[in-house]
Amino acid sequence: MSWKKDTWTGWGRILKAEGELARPERSAALAKLAPEAPAIGNCRSYGDASLVSEGRAISMVRLDKILFFDEADALIHVEAGATIADLARILAPRGFLPAVMPGTGFATVGGCIAMDVHGKNHHGAGSFGQHVTEITLATGQVLTPSDPLFKATVGGLGQTGPIASAKLKLLRAKVDVMMVTERRAEDLDAFLNLLDTSEATYTVGWIDATATGDALGRGILEEGETGAGLVPPAKRGRRVPFNAPGWALSAPIVRLFNKSYYNRVPAAGRTSVKPIDDFFFPLDRIHDWNKLYGKKGFHQFQCVVPLAGRSALKPMLEAIATSGLASPLAVLKRMGPGRAGHLSFPMEGYTLAVDFRNRTGTRGLIQELIAEAKAVGGRIYFAKDSVARAEDIPGMYPDLATWAEAVNAADPDHAYETDLTKRLNLRNAK
Amino acid sequence: MTETWILLGATSSMARAMARQLADEGANLLLAGRDMADLEAQATDLALRGATSAEALRFDARDAETFAPIIAKAESLAGEGQINCAVFVGSMPPQDAIDADPSLIDGTVTDSFTGPARFLQMLAPKLEAKGKGLIIGVGSVAGDRGRIGNYVYGAAKSGFATYLSGLRNRLGRSGVHVMTVKPGFVDTAMTWDVEGMFLVASPAQVAAHMLKKGRKGRNVLYTPFFWRYIMAIIRSVPEPIFKKLSV
Repeated sequence: MSWKKDTWTGWGRILKAEGELARPERSAALAKLAPEAPAIGNCRSYGDASLVSEGRAISMVRLDKILFFDEADALIHVEAGATIADLARILAPRGFLPAVMPGTGFATVGGCIAMDVHGKNHHGAGSFGQHVTEITLATGQVLTPSDPLFKATVGGLGQTGPIASAKLKLLRAKVDVMMVTERRAEDLDAFLNLLDTSEATYTVGWIDATATGDALGRGILEEGETGAGLVPPAKRGRRVPFNAPGWALSAPIVRLFNKSYYNRVPAAGRTSVKPIDDFFFPLDRIHDWNKLYGKKGFHQFQCVVPLAGRSALKPMLEAIATSGLASPLAVLKRMGPGRAGHLSFPMEGYTLAVDFRNRTGTRGLIQELIAEAKAVGGRIYFAKDSVARAEDIPGMYPDLATWAEAVNAADPDHAYETDLTKRLNLRNAK
Repeated sequence: MTETWILLGATSSMARAMARQLADEGANLLLAGRDMADLEAQATDLALRGATSAEALRFDARDAETFAPIIAKAESLAGEGQINCAVFVGSMPPQDAIDADPSLIDGTVTDSFTGPARFLQMLAPKLEAKGKGLIIGVGSVAGDRGRIGNYVYGAAKSGFATYLSGLRNRLGRSGVHVMTVKPGFVDTAMTWDVEGMFLVASPAQVAAHMLKKGRKGRNVLYTPFFWRYIMAIIRSVPEPIFKKLSV
């Protein structure tokens, strides 16, 4: 009982693992398994962060209970397998929300900690880990932010062992709907200026990664504020029943789609009211949307460059736009400095995320983008990457060696290594 | 009106899925089982998810002393309201473990049949007096025909199904409905590492199906529905042939 042979993939469906999975349904069962293998959640990381080839992993998805909720302190204690969407659904009617919500509600609390994820309010609220007040590891060890192992666990890619539960400080807000303002940005400079001057609590920019010439870097800035009022609940999710054919996201179709998507917002902009889920988790309405990329899967590239590295964005977008490989999913956003772990992704600057079909030339293009981001002092996001090489990483993450030392002391047998940590040789960083 | 539900074997995957759906409806939930730490945590979770009340109570199919307090609690909670009960208990030791130690049969039959039957026998007059109520008893397709791989478990579930059939016959006269459920392959801890599983249903799907059909008065429910046809085929294989198969 417990371990089962299985094959599973990251969200991008290019990398996969053949190994063994356990899926404990009670915390007592988790405690027994925890010394053996790292934990995984809903496998929403695009690359190999949740993969353990020829090894073992513990799926946390059935351990998703709320253990304690203190309205007076705005504090919730939840098991690591609880999803962000689940928490938002339960908390919103009571006047609370998770302080930070990533772009998919399927992400688990454990995964959000292990990646120190950010949301559309990062410039103001900081990263997910900054709102975690306590982490209980499956071994029983309790970590508070002052504990040295806390910084190795938050953003720590699961390398300090499975997280059983965590206490989260919540945002106190009466949220029934989101009030969303959409404005066009005609080119990259206009877009960056809009981002720089935005005073909204939540912002996200959709960028037309196929536009070239004068329109290079054009897009739509979405600014959101929470609001109270009534709207009907979001409709039930639809599924993508099969893998889309290869031409579904070919260059001409994406160009056409992006053009109409851009033009759908009037030149003067517009404000509308949306359900919470539609604003925070727009793609979750379509389950398995990753199948739209067909059997070959897709890559996501995400980097952040410091404010001073702003000039690097233009050549990166030029390379992307002329490649014909970009999908409609491309995001540009300004980040604040907030981060809570040694390996946390955020830095003050601009973050660019683009999905690419998996075709000849995609890996090469992403390699090029990684180098350009690194050259201006930027870094790539481990939750998304499936292309980088070990030598790309050290300059990007200055605390990498500190992290590796802490993690290796906590896990001397390397029981919690994943395909990601091995590929990028993260734990041997000096 | 708020319903009061007794869930026997509440730590099972299907019971937990059903409990969440009932919490959404605002029911009173009595979570009965053996792992008290887990049940207490579940009770907190369900109360936050909308249950009017949720409480953990000890239930051990092999310890009849635990039965009466649960029934008493349900009666005091429900007042004039409806009491329902869903039975998820059962145990399935590997057949080779039973071959090595035949005394395991006693526990298997108690867990899967006589324990819950005795509980329902105690509950039945209370529901009869109310003239309303729903009992959902989870059997198994394994009870439809004895097979080489798990015939002791199958025999116990078969006995439970026959018991439920009789209870339905009795309680139907006073407005209480009894539904027998025969789940096929469900994605639970019990089946996690079993090889050769196909068309596996999620506990949430099965729980929703059970609640919907139980309330509509279905007598015997195969879930997912196509198991009715799979089992019809398996039952129709003539014994001289069946005894040579290892299905």
